[in-house]
Amino acid sequence: MAQGNATTSTPVIEVRNIVKHFGSVIALSGVSMTVGRGEVLCLLGDNGAGKSTLIKTLAGVHRPTSGEYLVEGQPVSFGSPRDALDAGIATVYQDLAMIPLMSITRNFFMGREPRYGIGPFRFIDFEHCNAVTRDEMKKIGIDIRDPHQAVGTLSGGERQCVAIARAVYFGAKILILDEPTSALGVAQTSMVLKYIHQVRQKGLGVVFITHNVRHAYAAGDRFTVLNRGRTVGTYAKSEIGMDELQNLMAGGKELQELSSELRGTV
Amino acid sequence: MTETEPGPATVAEADERLKRVNPLTSIMRRPELGAVAGLVLVGAFFFVTADPSMFTLSGAMTILLPASQLGILAIAAALLMIGGEFDLSIGSMVAFAGLIFGIAVTNFGLPLWAAILATLVIAAIMGCINGQIVIHTRLPSFIVTLAFLFILRGMTLVGLKWATGGSTQLRGIGDAAGEGIIRELFSGVAFEGLFAWLAQHDIIEKFPNGLPKVTGIPISILWFVGIAIVTTIVLLRTRLGNWIFAAGGDPNAARNSGVPVDRVKTGLFALTACSAALVAIITVLDAGSADARRGFQKEFEAIIAAVIGGCLLTGGYGSAIGAFFGAVIFGMVSIGLTYTSFDSDWFQVFLGAMLLLAVLFNNFIRRKVTGER
Repeated sequence: MAQGNATTSTPVIEVRNIVKHFGSVIALSGVSMTVGRGEVLCLLGDNGAGKSTLIKTLAGVHRPTSGEYLVEGQPVSFGSPRDALDAGIATVYQDLAMIPLMSITRNFFMGREPRYGIGPFRFIDFEHCNAVTRDEMKKIGIDIRDPHQAVGTLSGGERQCVAIARAVYFGAKILILDEPTSALGVAQTSMVLKYIHQVRQKGLGVVFITHNVRHAYAAGDRFTVLNRGRTVGTYAKSEIGMDELQNLMAGGKELQELSSELRGTV
Repeated sequence: MTETEPGPATVAEADERLKRVNPLTSIMRRPELGAVAGLVLVGAFFFVTADPSMFTLSGAMTILLPASQLGILAIAAALLMIGGEFDLSIGSMVAFAGLIFGIAVTNFGLPLWAAILATLVIAAIMGCINGQIVIHTRLPSFIVTLAFLFILRGMTLVGLKWATGGSTQLRGIGDAAGEGIIRELFSGVAFEGLFAWLAQHDIIEKFPNGLPKVTGIPISILWFVGIAIVTTIVLLRTRLGNWIFAAGGDPNAARNSGVPVDRVKTGLFALTACSAALVAIITVLDAGSADARRGFQKEFEAIIAAVIGGCLLTGGYGSAIGAFFGAVIFGMVSIGLTYTSFDSDWFQVFLGAMLLLAVLFNNFIRRKVTGER
């Protein structure tokens, strides 16, 4: 596997003891994790565990209250999502990645529009944009006849793939995927998981946030489990089984009991 | 490639679930379609019912003059609506900016260029205040700018009384402004030489003494057309345009993609206020006075023109050229009725009906475009 030696070098991103308070609410109380090149780190945790706060912090939406955030060994402090993007950290949000009323091309290049011309006379190079969009979509097996068509006409899986393809195209080093598979059917989920695998082989690091242990286990190399704003632990795939992971994520006992009541179907 | 019947065996790798995009669909996708269709309908209606003099050059100028003043507001309102916000204070801003301009010229005796600059800057600041309040409080812009509708109207009244010693009209601005190239840019008519030449050569109508019936194009029409062209190019071809659509379509998604949504929205509020100031300067220079009632209810007319032009009330969709046509429809109906035997008070009925039709049509089109079911 390609990721074997990659994790030994400097991690692409590393956070140490990240704390985030919103007023009196403590959303994160000391989270640490690392992601290397060519590695898929799954971030697992139940609702309210702090997953979304963590990824928003990584993505530059929130500033951590305290703690260290390193990108390729250098401490960083992002003022906006744009700073994070420029540093190669791209985040694909589940529902908030695409604007349905806008065309695929406009969505693809949103915030990164290539332009020609000088001064106030700089225009988006739509010919180039359309060609790129069509090509990139073709690479992941989505055949769009008309890059002008609104994103609203695409299926959920396709939208997710467009968003991932966009991040990869713009040279992301780390891809943060916020529950990319949670709203998708089986075929579309496998399409996204396959694509994540492809992305890893290109040498990108992936942070894959999910509820679904099955999806996590299929795609991940390591698993970081969050609970109540803290890291419960980080495990390599060889160290932990699917059931154990499930228990850790649910915070233990209660789910086990429920699971036996329901005869192991949770 | 040759055009063949869209059958199962046309292109080898074609996905059978995708329909071929025909030219009709791409026209249907343009937001201004409704406004153009509406203009054709309204035009046809008046062509049948109105006095033929409506469709002469002077008739056209009579229609376009009010359309242009409304249109400058409507285009700015359309951009703001595409960006996801409303500004109900633009009508009051027209009166307020007129007051600032009037005071600057008469009471402070500023040169015209400085008075214009000061008016635009103050309007832009007011727009930014509107924008900042909306952004930071996350209140609907509807309610924030409704407050400013009253605040600005009230401040105009108080200010006018203060400046004139009790009147709600400030006179003598025309004389105080003086003449010159700057004034030519904001008042009177353009291309007088050309129109005189056209009249001499019997290309356009003239009076028996040889002077043309229409002496030139009112300057506000040129601003109107110019602004429509520039804003359309900005919306369709530039990065800023993409950001405006994005900010209105889904501010969170836009922010996540690195679009500076707050800056875009604040800028749009400032632009809307400046467009009101421009209309104020033009009308004040033309009338020679600032009046507290100026711009009354213009905010509604501007928003209606923008909606007729294809803007969705929810933002993220619309066009500047659509608002242009929306304003022309407005002018055509309001002036056109005087050319017919109908009571011109039918105007408001017509307007309401147009608005309702436009909204229904826009919703239908949006469902088509986005494949919503």
